[in-house]
Order: sequence, then structure tokens, then C-alpha cells
Amino acid sequence: MGVMFDDRSPIYRQIADRIKADVLSGALQGDEQVMSTNQYAAFYRINPATAAKAFQHLVDEGVLYKKRGIGMFVSPAARDDLSARRRQSFYAEVVDPMVAEARAIGIPLDGVIARIRELEEDR
Amino acid sequence: MKIEVSGLRLDYGDVTALRDLTFTLDAGKIYGLLGRNGSGKTSLLSVLAAFRRQTAGTVLVGGRPVFENSKVTPDICLIRDTGETVDIGTANDALYFAEWLRPRWDAAYAESLMDRFRLTRKMKVGSMSKGQRSALGVVVGLASRAPITMFDESYLGMDAPSRHAFYDELLTDYMANPRTIILSTHLIEEAGALFEEVVIIDRGRLVLHEDSERLLARGTAVTGPAAQVDAFTAGLTTLGEKRLGGTKSTMIYGELDDAQRRKAREAGLELGPSAMQDLFIRLTEPEGEPS
Repeated sequence: MGVMFDDRSPIYRQIADRIKADVLSGALQGDEQVMSTNQYAAFYRINPATAAKAFQHLVDEGVLYKKRGIGMFVSPAARDDLSARRRQSFYAEVVDPMVAEARAIGIPLDGVIARIRELEEDR
Repeated sequence: MKIEVSGLRLDYGDVTALRDLTFTLDAGKIYGLLGRNGSGKTSLLSVLAAFRRQTAGTVLVGGRPVFENSKVTPDICLIRDTGETVDIGTANDALYFAEWLRPRWDAAYAESLMDRFRLTRKMKVGSMSKGQRSALGVVVGLASRAPITMFDESYLGMDAPSRHAFYDELLTDYMANPRTIILSTHLIEEAGALFEEVVIIDRGRLVLHEDSERLLARGTAVTGPAAQVDAFTAGLTTLGEKRLGGTKSTMIYGELDDAQRRKAREAGLELGPSAMQDLFIRLTEPEGEPS
């Protein structure tokens, strides 16, 4: 349906990724209830079964837990777990591609390192 | 109510519109019925709605034969692509007729839908625009709350905002009042995400009946340098290819396992998801049937 999705990965994975991003940023706190499958389905204009699949994914990964008859909640440990997982893949997924890009377009790594220092000092 | 179709055949004189159709649709899902023009979508929906009697085979709704069965027909509502065209007088007459015909009619909901689509009861159906007639059809179809509700290209002539209003209402009302909904459409990019399952027919035959997500997972676009793409796709079922200079993109049909995905990554190939629209086009091409 265009606007909200890049249609390069399945919709349910994009919904799952968005919820994870909210957990990581703290927008969704531990033990906080997330919107229902139906609310997600209506918002993104998708079949509720597709939205439910995203939720099931997150339950399987331990990001969300289900309270029967009430809804879905953020696992208390979800934020720490997700950041630990992201830390593991940080170099492979963020730093390595950045270095490859810098090399491809001719930016010396010294310049990149200097920029990182600058940002660190600005904090 | 479950729909069970077995060995269904429909002839118009010596023309066969549907042949050997067998499938089962479980209750309470939204189905997309896809097919090219003349593929038999309208014929199939007409048989399911008991507007036509099949030439051979069985069609059961809730376990009962559907044709001339007054126990079942009030629960089945088919809105045709022409919307409300019957020379029925005013929109008010159309709603009155629907209320009389449909045991689960929700008058208050019909009223709010009329507002949403900017229709009034006084309007004469005969002098409505095509889009307004379609919208009135949508009002009747949704407010009927029939356990089996079918829309046969019911968006014709509706502008984009009205179509989106239709999709929003359909989803919201389906979630509040779960029932079987069958949508036949050509606007796959627009409506594809609404379907839980997809039924594709071509030249009167069933091409596939599949869970939407599973169907999408089956198609993969493999993109990269032509030679590597060809090496990777050799022996796989391919549905078509595109070339741009030395780059090639081939659509393959069939799920890839982890080993194959790794192999593709190592060869520098990009694996992209397929769009339902592309899969549909390829699967209904004369030479495109997966082998």
C-alpha cells in the first residue's frame, strides 16, 4: 500500500522492526501494553492476520508477552536484550558498511575517526 | 460458514466458463479473488451467490447446497461490479430493499456509510455517477453483514479517496464483525495487503489458493550481474526476467532455504521480495505456470 512500507521486506517484519525500535528508544517501556493487532491492522490498512504474525514473531523472540484476554505487553528485559543483540551486530552491520562506503567514495579513514572524536567531545 | 467447492463446472452453451474447480474457504477470512479479464471470476461469484446454477460439481455453503436454497441465500451477499444499477428508484429504495432481504442488516451503520460516501437517500440511482453507484453497492454490501459477503470489483468508478474509505470501512467492520469476505479486484497493489488468503483463477481453472504471506514468500527477485544470476537460478523455477545493462533480475518461484540464501549473498546477489501484483501477472501468463 505504498506510503508506510518500503515493500522490500514483508509487512509483518517491518511492523516487528518498528516495535523493536520503539522498545530500544524507550518509547515503549517494559510491561507497557502495545496497541492491539486490530489497531495495527486498521492503522496500516492490512489484514489483522498479518499484524498478528508480527506480534507472534515478537513473542517468539521474547520482546513481547501475552496476557490472555488483555493484550500484548513489552517484556521487562526486552530493551536490554535488544540492545545486547544490536551491540553484537553493530560492527558488522553499521561500522563495516560505513568503512566500505568511505573507501568507495574516497574519504580517508582518518577523517572518519576525527569526526567520531568530534561527536564524542560534543556530548 | 465454510464454502466447499468440488469439481465445479459452468458452461454457457458450448463455452465453458469454469472447469474442475475444487477448493475450500474457511469461515471468517478476507479472500482476494484474482484473475485476468474473462478468467471466470464473475461466473464463480455468481455460482457462489446462487445467481447461477452450476453445470456440474457441488457448491456447499455451511454444508448445504447453495442453489435455490432459501435457508442459505439470505446469508450470502454479492455486490456486482455494476453496484446498484437496478432501476430501483432512489437510494432509499435500495436500502429499504436490502433491509427487507438481509436478516443482519444494520441500519445505523448504513446511515453512517451513506454519510461517509456522501450519498443521500433522496438520490436517484439512475442519475448517479458510476462511482456513486459503486459506493451505494458498498454501503449495501457492508451494512448487510452477511456471513458471506462478496464484492465483485465493486470499486469501479470510485476515486482514490472513496476506495480508501471502502478499504478502511471493510477492515474495521470485518474486525468488529468477523465474517467471510471475498474481494475480486484488479487493484492488487492497493488491496493486496487486505487479503489473508488469495485465490487465483485463469481461464476457468484454479491456479492457486494460498495464504498471502506464504505466496509472497514463494516469490523472490534475484538481482545482480547477469552471469551470477543465471548460475544461481539454474534449475530453479523462474517466472520471468528483466535486464538493465549487465544487471539482471530474475523472479524465482519456490521458497529458498538458508543455504541457498547464503550462497546468493556470497555471490553478491540481492534477494528481494516479490510484489503480489508481479506474481499474479507471471502466474497467469500463458507460459508462466510454474512447472
